Amino acid sequence: MSATSDAQDAVDPGRRAALVATGVVGGAGAIAVATPFVASFTPSERAKAAGAPVQVDLSGIAPGTMKTVEWRGKPVWVLHRTPEMIAGLKKTDGLVADPGSNRTAYPTPPYARNETRSIKPEYLVVVGICTHLGCSPVGPFAAGTNVALGENMGFLCPCHGSTFDVFKDKPAPDNLEVPPHKYLSDTLVLVGEDGKA
Amino acid sequence: MPLHKTEYKGVLGWIDQRMPTIMTEYKKHLSEYQAPKNFNFWYFFGSLAIVVLVIQITTGIFLTMNYKPDARFAFESVEYIMRDVPGGWFIRYMHSTGASFFFIVVYLHMFRALLYGSYRTPREMVWIFGCLIFLVLMGEAFFGYLLPWGQMSYWGAQVIVNLFSAIPVIGPDLSLLIRGDYVVSDATLNRFFALHVIAFPLVLVGLVAAHILALHDVGSNNPDGVEIKETLDPKTGKPLDGIPFHPYYTVHDIMGLGVFLIVFFAVLFFMPEMGGYFLEWNNFIPADPLQTPPHIAPVWYFTPFYSILRATTEPFMLVLAAGLAVYALLLFFTLRSRPAKFAVLGVAAVVIVLMVGGPLRLDPKLWGVALMGGSVLIFIALPWLDCSPAKSMRYRPAWHFWLLMAFVVVFLVLGYFGTQPPSPINERASQVGTLLYFAFFLLMPWWSRMGEFKPVPSRVTFAAH
Repeated sequence: MSATSDAQDAVDPGRRAALVATGVVGGAGAIAVATPFVASFTPSERAKAAGAPVQVDLSGIAPGTMKTVEWRGKPVWVLHRTPEMIAGLKKTDGLVADPGSNRTAYPTPPYARNETRSIKPEYLVVVGICTHLGCSPVGPFAAGTNVALGENMGFLCPCHGSTFDVFKDKPAPDNLEVPPHKYLSDTLVLVGEDGKA
Repeated sequence: MPLHKTEYKGVLGWIDQRMPTIMTEYKKHLSEYQAPKNFNFWYFFGSLAIVVLVIQITTGIFLTMNYKPDARFAFESVEYIMRDVPGGWFIRYMHSTGASFFFIVVYLHMFRALLYGSYRTPREMVWIFGCLIFLVLMGEAFFGYLLPWGQMSYWGAQVIVNLFSAIPVIGPDLSLLIRGDYVVSDATLNRFFALHVIAFPLVLVGLVAAHILALHDVGSNNPDGVEIKETLDPKTGKPLDGIPFHPYYTVHDIMGLGVFLIVFFAVLFFMPEMGGYFLEWNNFIPADPLQTPPHIAPVWYFTPFYSILRATTEPFMLVLAAGLAVYALLLFFTLRSRPAKFAVLGVAAVVIVLMVGGPLRLDPKLWGVALMGGSVLIFIALPWLDCSPAKSMRYRPAWHFWLLMAFVVVFLVLGYFGTQPPSPINERASQVGTLLYFAFFLLMPWWSRMGEFKPVPSRVTFAAH
């Protein structure tokens, strides 16, 4: 702070103690005041309420079709798989990038770390956002109905050509995200909340 | 080209070689700014005013992150901030408490100037910038008050903007221009938001900078009114009664800040509405353009001036005209230059005709606005009204001090009546108050010279403690 000589710089211990004490109390005060300001950046009660779990009624979804619901501003797909679709999953094991659902960028919940990536094999619940740069893929396409997918069934992202669940050598690095969800009954799934602790 | 020479080492030295301004200004305004050593309680309020300005700007920024300046959403967004945004209630209360404390601090800061003659030569520029800050602050508070879009916000704005329609010829169009609509509406809200959040704060910060620079150019006054620069140490060339602002007054002001914050947060946590004076009860009701609340009053810090506005009624115009006539005669017999004498008579005659002269007279409503404006602007004239041989009250006759106290009482009484609904007593008291208020200033050239003055010392009165 000043260019005085070293001899004058020796601070009187009483003064130093007062400076330190003031500094500590002042610092504590500064943190106390800063806390509400920083907290105001976190989601408000309204945002949290808007982000609350969404119930999806499964009874209206015909086999082979998909229902899209909004959860936290994102599209969540609930796909009612046919037995053929379930059987077809094993065939693509060698072609997909992460057959074991082991990648951690969008961690797959333990109850979905299986072949069907779901709790019940006949219902797939995923977030419909491409893990590349965020477009929403198109689909579901049955096997052999889409050029980009070839013989396989799945989804195609129109932006950069990724196919899901994510095939190797495509721009997207990860499988579609499985949101926390649980079944309230055989026909009602709650998206946004896990059942397991 | 060679770098500037520096006395500093390390990173500071590197910076000083490339931007010597930083350390030059630091020395000029902080570590080597010589301030009088005898500052007392009244000298805390300048630094406190800066702190409150910073508080208002910071809390204001965070409020605008969640506030919606749309007539459909404004009120609700304030409730959203209070209830749903984490910490939102704290930020909002800091801003509303801060607004009232800003005026408390500024009024006390101005009172200090009246006590010690801080506006006198060579500090007129400091005072003028200060008065401009006061005016802009009043505007800033007025624009900000509309934003919550409560009943008081709406009707207070409606009344004040309608005052402008009292101006002859251009009045109604001017009001339309200010409002952006036929009545205070969403258009008004949006533009007041822009003025409150950006325009006026920028102006305020600029004016505060000018105010401090002007002060530092001439040096601070002190409770004894002694010019410390007139007695220098022959060895150092520095004022004998001066001490470097940093560290003495930086530390001193931090202590003052501590006390201030105790009071500030006590209010914030335990009585943020302050009985309806800081947050008015009517403002918890959303604005209703079709129904005025039974009792509108401006926020407490505007009430003295509001009283003066309300006091100006048709019968009062006669009293004012008579007062002006007497004042004009007083000036006529006191002034020495012939042109000035007759100019005064001429102007007074014209004004009196405009006040009471039958078909030519202007509406008392307009005179009320003029007087209210005058009651604020007259502060600017103080350096020229105060003709006392001594700057500080300490060396003036005791009755000067009591006269100043009487003025303070008049100011507070006017303020009180400004919060009350109109009544005969209110009207009479406000009228008497108005006359005394203006008499204090307008007769100052005479009374400030009268009485027995004590000799002003060349050194300040200071006891080491």
